[in-house]
Amino acid sequence: MSEGIGASVKRKEDKRFITGKGKYTDDIRMENQAYAAFVRSSHAHAEIQGIDASAAEGMSGVIAVLTGAQLTGDGIGNLICGWAISSKDGSPMNMGAWSALATEKVRYVGDAVAVVIAESKDEAQAAAEAVDVSYSELPVAASIVAALADGAPDIHENAPGNVIYDWELGDGDATEAALASAAHVTEMDITNNRLAPNAMEPRSAVATYDDAEDHYTLYSTSQNPHVARLVLSAFYQVAPEHKLRVIAPDVGGGFGSKIYIYPEEIVCLWASMKTRRSVKWTAERTESFLTDAHGRDHVTEARMGFDADGRIVGFKVSTKANFGAYMSLFSSAVPTYLYATLLSGTYDIPAIHCEVLACYTNTVPVDAYRGAGRPEASFVVERLMETAAREMGKDPAELRRVNFVKEFPYQTQVIMNYDSGDFEGNMNQAMEAADWAGFAARKAEAANRGRLRGIGMACYIEACGIAPSAAVGSLGAGVGLWESAEVRVNPVGTIEVLTGSHSHGQGHETTFAQVVAERFGVPLDSIQIVHGDTDKVQFGMGTYGSRSGPVGISAIVKACDKVEVKVRKIAAHLLECNPDELVLEDSQVKVPGTNKALGWHEVGLAAYTAHNLPADMEPGLKEGAFYDPENFTFPMGCFIAEVEIDPGTGKTDVVKFVASDDFGVIINPMIVEGQVHGGIAQGVGQALLEEMVYDESGQPVSGSYMDYTMPRAEDVPSFVVEHHNTRCATNPLGIKGCGEAGAIGSPPAVINAISDAIGNNDISMPATSAKVWAAIQASGTGMAAE
Amino acid sequence: MHSLNYHKASNASEAARLLSGTEDGKFLAGGQTLIPAMKTRLAAPSDLVDVSGAAELRGINVSGREVTIGAATTHAEVAANGELRNVCPSICDMAANIGDPAVRHRGTIGGSIANNDPAADYPAAMLALGATIKTVSREIAADDFFVGLFETALYDDELITSIGFTAPAAGAYAKFPNPASRYAMCGVFVAKGDGGVRVGVTGAGADGAFRAGDFEAALDGEFSAEALDGLSVRAEEMLSDIHGDGVYRANLVSVMARRAVAAAN
Repeated sequence: MSEGIGASVKRKEDKRFITGKGKYTDDIRMENQAYAAFVRSSHAHAEIQGIDASAAEGMSGVIAVLTGAQLTGDGIGNLICGWAISSKDGSPMNMGAWSALATEKVRYVGDAVAVVIAESKDEAQAAAEAVDVSYSELPVAASIVAALADGAPDIHENAPGNVIYDWELGDGDATEAALASAAHVTEMDITNNRLAPNAMEPRSAVATYDDAEDHYTLYSTSQNPHVARLVLSAFYQVAPEHKLRVIAPDVGGGFGSKIYIYPEEIVCLWASMKTRRSVKWTAERTESFLTDAHGRDHVTEARMGFDADGRIVGFKVSTKANFGAYMSLFSSAVPTYLYATLLSGTYDIPAIHCEVLACYTNTVPVDAYRGAGRPEASFVVERLMETAAREMGKDPAELRRVNFVKEFPYQTQVIMNYDSGDFEGNMNQAMEAADWAGFAARKAEAANRGRLRGIGMACYIEACGIAPSAAVGSLGAGVGLWESAEVRVNPVGTIEVLTGSHSHGQGHETTFAQVVAERFGVPLDSIQIVHGDTDKVQFGMGTYGSRSGPVGISAIVKACDKVEVKVRKIAAHLLECNPDELVLEDSQVKVPGTNKALGWHEVGLAAYTAHNLPADMEPGLKEGAFYDPENFTFPMGCFIAEVEIDPGTGKTDVVKFVASDDFGVIINPMIVEGQVHGGIAQGVGQALLEEMVYDESGQPVSGSYMDYTMPRAEDVPSFVVEHHNTRCATNPLGIKGCGEAGAIGSPPAVINAISDAIGNNDISMPATSAKVWAAIQASGTGMAAE
Repeated sequence: MHSLNYHKASNASEAARLLSGTEDGKFLAGGQTLIPAMKTRLAAPSDLVDVSGAAELRGINVSGREVTIGAATTHAEVAANGELRNVCPSICDMAANIGDPAVRHRGTIGGSIANNDPAADYPAAMLALGATIKTVSREIAADDFFVGLFETALYDDELITSIGFTAPAAGAYAKFPNPASRYAMCGVFVAKGDGGVRVGVTGAGADGAFRAGDFEAALDGEFSAEALDGLSVRAEEMLSDIHGDGVYRANLVSVMARRAVAAAN
């Protein structure tokens, strides 16, 4: 049907978004609202000698100045990391304490030391500037190299040498033996650049304490309000869960950065109790750069060995991961179970070994950012494949073709079990759409215009919907990664679907409704998706890791299964037929070929009037379900980028970009295409433009849009987005997920295209004009292949 | 933003009088640099004296080849002025590529040169066009006006009223924008005037906008891109930052100079 699965219906939520009627956290106005402004460290590493708030306390409009000593004195707990990783030697990870307001030391520029609560935002900010914090500066380690150097300052006492863990996955001996026997070994040093997430809506919180009820309400820019409530309650001791309501209203983008429960939300809740006022805080863009968890920041040495026929025999990867000054909520899982487990890529690799050394630095914490580990893995694998092909004189596409996994299920050497796919099919589709065969002519034509043209491919694979809960628990996860749903059919037949997934741009209000509309044969407009409020939805794990489709929708399907059973029983009872004879379509429940039919709304009304229900049946029509996936899903695809470079300036233009993705079953192709567009734009941003830079003293250098380059419309071409889908074998609708793929596959495609254009494999991200120009100089004319 | 007193001046002398009565006041023209600095609390003037509404400071006058541009004239007005384009299209094209549309419709020529951001476009144009900067009290040659990074020959509280120059026979501006800010990482303005060729460079120099004397001499001999073969500025005198080091910027100066000359021919 035209509104169901596979239909590109327009997004139900867009009317309010594009007419300015969206309701975001900063739009919330409480009656007795006060404002918070944080006093932040301007030093990257220093001891706090004292905090003199006396001047600030006397300033206009100031209600209170609160410090870390008061916070810890009130029993507010330290921030947690939700995934325990052990080192090779079995020792637990070295986790340093992170207080929402620093007490003894500050560890990065932006670390919060105190908070001012005042009647207005301006008064709060003015008073925050007047809080006099005396610091004793300490030596700084602002990069992986500096943090791991001999004599580096220890950022946390319990992490000697700044090492958090030294972890491994795979078979080291087998891999080294395979590499020793290889006919060819390709070695590369690879950097994955540090990114600032830059959601359009800055983080914001409005906290209210009701002393009569001893109850808290938090409006927050969260991707997972239930997880926020759980963590705020169970670990930070802000309030017990039944006394804390968390609402994440419209949220303007997250990309991972709004998964975490940050110090600001904790402090606003606590301050609302201390001051008996509603407390609002909204980050300014500078604060976003200073405090939102950054992404990526890996340095890697990799070796990939091949036999004489070009088949991969072994793959060794050693990665150092920058965690910043504290371990953020999911930080530990990103460079381990979301990274090393994807190092088999789309290939049949018989031996893989990955070592990961995680370290502290005096920078903002690093955590999951669109793709989270998988872009880093995809970049390593696909840069190695492309470079190896050039070194061995093979066609990069053919080298991939020889090594593709071709039979499913496929058990990799790094935990993952791929359930489905047709990797060669996606590559063929992308090569055709990109006119791979015609590239030489385009390169020659560009050369006539004085431009260097290059083509690059990446065949990424990723993993969505972390699962199953028992497995992730055994690997150290502190939570289960299922999802919940409740489907409520009202007496008039309209439907409310309550989901634990959270929409912050993904279009759930449309796609989730499409699934239910098709399932029950009812109009899309009769369905309302409810999410983002812990008082409305009982529980949920939220939205990240492209899990809302494969996991969130699967929970809805499971709840719909239960509703449908009851609908059939009621209708069969009223129509005097067998439940299995009934068909649900056109807003009717009917026996085809007969005049036996009930309107959908009549079934709903029958359930609630309860005048004539089957014996022993309870009234009402409402069912809930929890869905725990049996496996990750594995979206994959082949991306092909073409670039043209101005050899005089090194400026790179992405002139063509083709994506062929396998997302399994697609609910709304228009929305999926939008996700791919956004993901590729983000990936092009990482490849060419974006980098969060700190200087040696730990001061952020690219902490504003004057220096941090976000991709603009003119930086990306019109994308060609194709699909060659195979059903996911492990969830009810066969959905794989599409939210991160674009950002995962595009950086290696772009960099491979640049290295092809300039004949130099030694080019790192972001491939700025200056870097590309220097690489052209290093490779001689820039026109030679090697 | 800190609270402050706002004053609106209707002419230059009123602006000067209003500012003289303030504790730590600043002139406000388009505010495209000052306001962002205030919003991030990096600047906190006690008073702002808004000169953008002063009619005598606005407008473009073209008489033969003599051009006068009021200090409070916006970039968009410069870009769109037909009379100016007839005699000096290069400055119109340059103004049309400053910042973004919002910046171009608020930002002013006087504000830009008074701020003398080392990456702003107008200083290169002023140097290449041999412009005269007129203030409430005197006239200053562009060559004497741009002193260093964010430094000019202006006295404290001296208000620019207009800019004057003779339109060159040929000219062009070639800019390589900073990918983030869209200021110039290197902008080269080449003008072939009655007194010879002048080459103004912005964005690249460690001390701000400068004239490339060697380039000028070569182009005086032959006004062609090839005349610049083998010439370059000294990398160690260029800016170096996360977007490009001195060697790269020196290269950009050569490349952009050639492209400007080619465009001017």
